[in-house]
Amino acid sequence: MSAFSAIGEEREIDRDEFTPGIEPQPTWCPGCGDFGVLKALKQALPEAGRTPDETLLVTGIGCSGKLNSYFESYGFHTIHGRSLPVARAAKLANPNVEVIAAGGDGDGYGIGGNHFIHTARENHDMVYIVFNNEIFGLTKGQTSPTSPKGHKSKTQPSGSAKDPIRPLSLGLTAGASYVARTAAVNPNQAKEILVEAIEHDGFAHIDFLTQCPTWNKDARQYVPYIDVQDSDDYDFDVTDRREAADMMYETESALYEGEVLTGRFYVDEDRPSYGQEKRALGEMPEEPVAERYFDEDYKWERSADLLDRHM
Amino acid sequence: MYSKGFRATVAKFYPLRPPAGRDQNMAQDELIWRVAGGSGDGIDSTSQNFAKALMRSGLHVFTHRHYPSRIRGGHTYVEIRASPEKVQSRGDGYNFLLALGDSFARNPQDDAYYGNEEVKPLSENLDDLREGGVIVYDEGLLDVSEIDDFDERVEENDWHVYPLDLRGLAREQGREVMRNTAGVGATAALLEMDTEPIEELMTDAMGGDILEQNLEILEIAYESVKDDHEFTHDLRIPEHDPHDEEYALLSGSNAIAYAALDEGCRFIAGYPMTPWTDVFTIMSQHLPSVGGISEQVEDEIAAAALAVGASHAGVKAMSGSSGGGFALMSEPLGLAEMTETPVVLVEAMRAGPSTGMPTKPEQGDLEHVLYSSQGDSHRVVFAPGTVAEAYDQTRTAFRIAYEYQIPAIVVFDQKLSGENVNVPAAHFDREPNPDLGSVLTEDEIAEAAHHSSGKFKRFTYDHEDGVSPRSLPGQKGGRYLATGNEHNEVGHISEDPENRLLQMNRRLEKMENIREELDSRDETHQTYHGPEDAEYGIITWGSQQGTVEEAVDDLNEMGHSVKSLGVSGLMPFAAAEVEEFLESVESAMVVEMNATAQFRGLIQKELGRYGDTMHSLLKYDGNPFEPAEIVEGFEVQTDGDRASTAANTRYEPAVGD
Ligand SMILES: Cc1ncc(C[n+]2csc(CCOP(=O)(O)OP(=O)(O)O)c2C)c(N)n1
Ligand code: SF4
Ligand SMILES: [Mg+2]
Repeated sequence: MSAFSAIGEEREIDRDEFTPGIEPQPTWCPGCGDFGVLKALKQALPEAGRTPDETLLVTGIGCSGKLNSYFESYGFHTIHGRSLPVARAAKLANPNVEVIAAGGDGDGYGIGGNHFIHTARENHDMVYIVFNNEIFGLTKGQTSPTSPKGHKSKTQPSGSAKDPIRPLSLGLTAGASYVARTAAVNPNQAKEILVEAIEHDGFAHIDFLTQCPTWNKDARQYVPYIDVQDSDDYDFDVTDRREAADMMYETESALYEGEVLTGRFYVDEDRPSYGQEKRALGEMPEEPVAERYFDEDYKWERSADLLDRHM
Repeated sequence: MYSKGFRATVAKFYPLRPPAGRDQNMAQDELIWRVAGGSGDGIDSTSQNFAKALMRSGLHVFTHRHYPSRIRGGHTYVEIRASPEKVQSRGDGYNFLLALGDSFARNPQDDAYYGNEEVKPLSENLDDLREGGVIVYDEGLLDVSEIDDFDERVEENDWHVYPLDLRGLAREQGREVMRNTAGVGATAALLEMDTEPIEELMTDAMGGDILEQNLEILEIAYESVKDDHEFTHDLRIPEHDPHDEEYALLSGSNAIAYAALDEGCRFIAGYPMTPWTDVFTIMSQHLPSVGGISEQVEDEIAAAALAVGASHAGVKAMSGSSGGGFALMSEPLGLAEMTETPVVLVEAMRAGPSTGMPTKPEQGDLEHVLYSSQGDSHRVVFAPGTVAEAYDQTRTAFRIAYEYQIPAIVVFDQKLSGENVNVPAAHFDREPNPDLGSVLTEDEIAEAAHHSSGKFKRFTYDHEDGVSPRSLPGQKGGRYLATGNEHNEVGHISEDPENRLLQMNRRLEKMENIREELDSRDETHQTYHGPEDAEYGIITWGSQQGTVEEAVDDLNEMGHSVKSLGVSGLMPFAAAEVEEFLESVESAMVVEMNATAQFRGLIQKELGRYGDTMHSLLKYDGNPFEPAEIVEGFEVQTDGDRASTAANTRYEPAVGD
């Protein structure tokens, strides 16, 4: 019997279960896009059949990092940029836990960029939500890796000399097997994409456009948005890496022209997740390692049995 | 500020010899065999097998490895000290040199930056060779005419030289690399030792033609040396009886890894860095076969963060690095302190600052390990002094980490990491401990305190030992928030002053309780040596312990009254024991491998006094202490007439001296 009986529990799940009684009201600014992520996530989990006790929501630092203060589940609010290494290890330790990582654009594409590349590359079976508000919110509006070229802020008084990062393209080249962009202004699409991402067996990267009315753009600047799957203007195969790459490039460029393109950009259902790869190599057991510590019959291996080579 | 004597380094070279007055018979009754050659020429495996053969034949062994930060070429050597008595340091100098060629040496050029590499396996090793010592060199690769004054020095030191064409022999029989085997055969002949254990080991490790050729070369070398040479030297394999118990030859890195496995550690994440790579490699090779997981990741920030994540989710986990990589771990380390996530980190020190000297030992990371990361640090730090202690203390580190929900660090260095020594096999014959420590089962969670909204109170205030038990993701009813921010009982972010004090004090209280628990155990982690009523003391920490103890024996034999204390409990500091020791002596010399006397500073900080009773003997030239240097340092300290220590160590007088 599992020591983690919340996992895989079959029961009715109410979206209110995901609202923490202790901190039901987020402290984000009025009109902040982060509310949209929270709302979509609260809808997505019950729809994907996940309960608060079987979910681990791991966040970084930023306004976005507060997500798990306002979301009822197991939570780990880590340090700036490091949600992914914490999250993916938790997944390896107990693959049956639903692991979701989240953080800001500075957190994920800047200070934690290296972890983003490598976690995507390894294709861990988890969801990664990047709250992309094109700004450092929590530290009061400095230029971020996704701020447009020329963006002025207190720390870039003459405007940024840097081209912004191309997050979708980066996710794709790094190795993410599901890449999407959605927006806080479109909660229905966001919820659907989140459900798909949770159900996807591999690294699902969601670049989530979240307006920051306090330091950057407000909600109006993200409308109208276009769903590339619904629009007749775009026709590409999300399972084709090259076509996906072209579409991403166009989408990323369009954002800075004021055109908001959203939807699924790349989906590879065939690629094995990292856990599957490691198990196939015999480098990870079939049963979650976390279960073994509760198994009273397990015969733990001893180093005394390894000594032969030293004698 | 540094006292004046601190900078008084005398630039005079003292060749290392056994100290005057030291029992010469004792010194004769040991073999210190040095095999020198090029990095990449298989010196490591040759020496390891030879050490094992000596151990199997009934001797006690201790190895010391010297190598450059280079893969191919560069002068490298391994020393094996073998004696019928227990050996605990590399000893002073050595008495048998097997100089193989460096097959990757660069062609000699005038004024080459690296000097004449071709002759280094011979020329670089002469200074430490004792009087009356034996030299075997491969005349197929080395030419003594390129060494200034070789013949004069041979004569002056009464060395016994046997030039042999090892390369030629190996080439004839099989392959040139087998010249190492030829050298071992020649060694065995000159020492009149039985080759059976060597052959046994070869048979264990090789097969087919390679084995046949090696055995052939071994025998030819052995027989031809025996038949064709007249032995002028006195040195022979020390007389000894067979061992009366089983021994295993292993290094500090082996011991740390095995302790981790025995504590049920089934997750490691790391990034290669010398010398930490040894532990990481050993773990990575064993974990899959015991159903564990090893992850080589993008950097050390990730490595430590992964260990925290795995532990948070309920798997006993570790990570580690050497100085530079450990610096990158400081944020995840602080996160583990704040979220009370158990984790064990290993810090394998090498000479710093920055990239420093990657393959050279030093103890310069003490303060780094104790304090790195923001805020008031609270962590457990052990510094094992020997291979056996490395096993014991790593096991304790895991137990404390998981029971007290606190990061525990095992700090050691390149010396302890790589030296092989024979340890009784029985030392490892213990029960595993897969216990997760203060983790609740679902039944216990159901009984535990929850917020009215259903959230588990993970960080409650009142606990006798400061430890508030935790739940694991996936357990029913156990959900809570872990955060690096200050937080309240259910883990939510809180800046309330009252809560802050309660949480902070509870976390810090664990430190006192851990020290209390460690002090109340039957066995201490501190190591005492020498006569209890001795007048003077020597205090050291970590890997210099064995060398200090040997120096203490030498000093007592020479008529001094001195004892030593090796301290392993660095944090929480073993204050009571160190205080008692300092109270019991006139004065104490603190021996450590760094330039700023960090450990002496720690003692003063922790005990609040003794600044005027402690002197320092420091060494930071990239080589560990030899017993004679400590003997000399001690004599300088107690005998005002002797002006100074050897050029490669530094004596720092007590404050106010
Ligand atoms: C190592 C470290 N550097 C800097 C900070 C300060 N800091 C906190 S959040 C943040 C950036 C926030 O921007 P982003 O990640 O985009 O999140 P947002 O607030 O916009 O959601 C910074 C620089 C920190 N907490 N840790
Ligand atoms: S500063 Fe911006 S991102 Fe942060 S809460 Fe306010 S609106 Fe949201
Ligand atoms: Mg941001």
